[in-house]
Amino acid sequence: MTNKTIIIIGGGHNGLVCATYLAKEGHNVTVLEARDKLGGSASKHVFAEGYHVAGLAHVIHPLNPKIVKELGLKIKKGAAIDTISLSEDGNHLILGKDSVKGGNLSADDIAAYKDFKKEFRKYAKALEPLTINKPPRLKDMDNKDKFTLAKIGWSLRFGLGTSSMREFLRVGGINIYDVLNEVIDDPQLKGAIAADAVIGHHMGPRTPTTVLTYLNRLRGETYGPPTLPQAVGDHFVEVMIKAATMAGVHIEKGARVKRIIVNDGKAGGVELTSGEERIADMVISNADAKTTFLDLVGAAEMDAMFAQRINTTRTNGTVAKLHFALNKLPEIEGLSNGEMSQRLIVAPDMRYVEHAFNHAKYGEYSEKPVLEITFPTLADPSLAPDGHHVMSVSASFAPYSIKGGWDQSRSVFSHKVLSLIEKYAPGISSHVVASEILTPKDIEQQFNVTGGHWHHGELTIDQSFMMRPVHGTAQYNTPIDGLFLCGASAHPGGGITGIPGHNAAKRILSMKGGE
Amino acid sequence: MEKHDFKQVLQHTPFHVRVEELSLMKSWSPWNGYQVARVFDTLAAEYFAVRSSCTVFDVTPMEKYRIKGPDALDFLNRLVTRDVSKLKPGRVTYVAWCNDEGRVLDDGTIFHLGDDGYRLCAQHHQLDWLMISSLGFDVSIEEETHDVAALSVQGPTSYSVLCAAGISGLEELKPFGILNTKIDDVDVMVSRTGFTGDLGYEVWVDPRHGITLWDAIFSVKERGLYDIKPIGLDALEMVRIEAGFIMPGDDFITAETAVRADHDRSPFELGLEWAVSFDKPYYTGRRALELEKSQPAKRRLVKLSVEGNKEPTDSFLYDAKNGQRIGAIKTNIWSPILKSNLAMADIDYKNGEAPTEIWAEIYYQKELEWKSTWARCEISDKPFWSNKRRSQTPPNRV
Repeated sequence: MTNKTIIIIGGGHNGLVCATYLAKEGHNVTVLEARDKLGGSASKHVFAEGYHVAGLAHVIHPLNPKIVKELGLKIKKGAAIDTISLSEDGNHLILGKDSVKGGNLSADDIAAYKDFKKEFRKYAKALEPLTINKPPRLKDMDNKDKFTLAKIGWSLRFGLGTSSMREFLRVGGINIYDVLNEVIDDPQLKGAIAADAVIGHHMGPRTPTTVLTYLNRLRGETYGPPTLPQAVGDHFVEVMIKAATMAGVHIEKGARVKRIIVNDGKAGGVELTSGEERIADMVISNADAKTTFLDLVGAAEMDAMFAQRINTTRTNGTVAKLHFALNKLPEIEGLSNGEMSQRLIVAPDMRYVEHAFNHAKYGEYSEKPVLEITFPTLADPSLAPDGHHVMSVSASFAPYSIKGGWDQSRSVFSHKVLSLIEKYAPGISSHVVASEILTPKDIEQQFNVTGGHWHHGELTIDQSFMMRPVHGTAQYNTPIDGLFLCGASAHPGGGITGIPGHNAAKRILSMKGGE
Repeated sequence: MEKHDFKQVLQHTPFHVRVEELSLMKSWSPWNGYQVARVFDTLAAEYFAVRSSCTVFDVTPMEKYRIKGPDALDFLNRLVTRDVSKLKPGRVTYVAWCNDEGRVLDDGTIFHLGDDGYRLCAQHHQLDWLMISSLGFDVSIEEETHDVAALSVQGPTSYSVLCAAGISGLEELKPFGILNTKIDDVDVMVSRTGFTGDLGYEVWVDPRHGITLWDAIFSVKERGLYDIKPIGLDALEMVRIEAGFIMPGDDFITAETAVRADHDRSPFELGLEWAVSFDKPYYTGRRALELEKSQPAKRRLVKLSVEGNKEPTDSFLYDAKNGQRIGAIKTNIWSPILKSNLAMADIDYKNGEAPTEIWAEIYYQKELEWKSTWARCEISDKPFWSNKRRSQTPPNRV
């Protein structure tokens, strides 16, 4: 199978990764991006004149190293950052990869944190064979599926060893709240870890499977430390585009796909909103599954229960993204200038996080939200005019569907977030010269992601692995011949990892004659 | 619908007052939540009435759905395996529908009611499946099972009886046609449809006027013009097997209720290939059916006549006496008019071919003593029983 004409819908990073892999194998690949820029939520975002943030994703881990190597991506690494859990009394907690300091930590907790992180990173690593391959089918397995299962089996059994595997099986499906209570005493330390487990999901620390979402987050750590994205000239996206272009990928911006053309159950191309039709041997969608199947293909072209399964996947986002333009870098008591460039979070304890989530369950924004704050200008001063700064905040929980609608709540919530930050950085409000709030509704509209969900769909067990996005299309191919998924709604989900795009490309390349 | 009375497990149909009066056996059966008669007086008399005069069967409990809206036709065509795009207003068609895997969920009929949309009649409750299937279609789906009462008037003199009851315009009504008319100033819809394989009609009415309709029909008998007999489910079971109509839930397990893999059935396996179209837009199950069609047939539900007078109830079927088991009888009757044991049977095919020989091993009792015997069986490609008056227009007045 070579020299096929392939259209990829969506120029987010997964679309670009997939395109590059396919073009390298001699296919004629075109990426169609609806927006006027590429990179999706990893692309530079202007929110006020002269003020930018590096992207919706304001803290990133390295892409999967295999992808970086195979595609020869030369991404400049930013400085590794720690997480600082803010405390009102200025006695903040600094969480590194394996070490933690500050706060009122006991020696036991410091040791427990180290053990916990090492053990859980082992679990995350053990799942890697499942991550970087198509999830095995349970029925009609091919050799590749059997090999993946054997590898994951080996990895769990012998990679982890008896006692770790037993512990992994015990905690794998339960909640982070119970697990953290078993190993750590300090409430602030537990709150910081629990926040990592739930942010981006419709989950509180007590929600089952939050250990799994935490492991998903730790996977990034196994690839390398988190950094603030190097945004100079939209660096990350530029590298991706360069690699794609070098491989021969043709990229078009402002080309919004209206529908995927399906003839006799086979994808034959796309129709753009301009009315123009593009013929292709294969269409690969980096859009989320609902957009792909329900909007672009249309339920009528599919079996009723399949369409129903897609329609009932949980895709409502829970995080609002707020951007503030500041005429001065604020001061946070107890933080040095260097520490301001770390990832700052507000999650004083697990109950706080759980209470914040409670609101989301009932269609309300959190009265006291969990915050993740960065100052991207400290990594890249060019994002704001000289001497000025931008502050980027992910605020949880801000559910997609909110009582009364977001129009009447957006400014109230924005104000609430800023008032909360004011507690740690007194006077910050007076330095705000411009601001923006992107609710999940706004993210849906501006970034073309159903529900505005970070992961194109909740990462719960029932929407993971061979059930992501739903069974029947969990191996990147779909019920429509010649139509594939390559985005975050496919296994293993969202984040700036490149893995769905890589897995989709490998899957397509391994299929004979389109199978 | 009135408030549900929890002490009354089964509802009464609008005709119940009359049915109760005429039921000598008081033999009842539940059907879709209604109490219906199995036998009024004697099964034999009811059976022969269907084949020789005129019978009335209360068909109210049949599941009915009204489908309207700009996409109603597209919705139905995506639902069912048959191409219904050419169904004209005032016409009815038989349809079956499948799940994603191409296994039959149910069968029924679609009535094109013109500007009033479509009525889908089904054997079993289908509202959830219809709602699931409506995603992406601009349609409204309303269950009207309890809002429409119906009597099935069947038999050689059914045409004459309905004419005598005061219905005009029937002479033009072709099989699977619909006529909107009046009877005793009550609006009724008459369709030339039924489940007997004989001349017959179904008369649809607002439940509030059910008794008026019943009385208008039975007045023909009171006036001494024609005999009319109410019949129950048992007689219907006999004539529907004679006519070769399949019954979901009895002849095969519907896909929704099947628990075990491979116990459900595809339309091909039920002998419904004539109602499966690949010459229309996508519909649920199509991909699976296309794949199945490209492979040799695994099994078929067949009409089977069984030699002898021993009833082959639940019998296993073999490819020879004491041979290999190849299937089983699902439903069977003794046909008084054909003097033969008739059955619906599930038969395994070998290399896509029907077995050349089929034998039933029949267990039967003689004065509480079990005996067994072998009976040769033969597949019937056509309905066991049919009569040209079923499709004759205008029907003969007798």
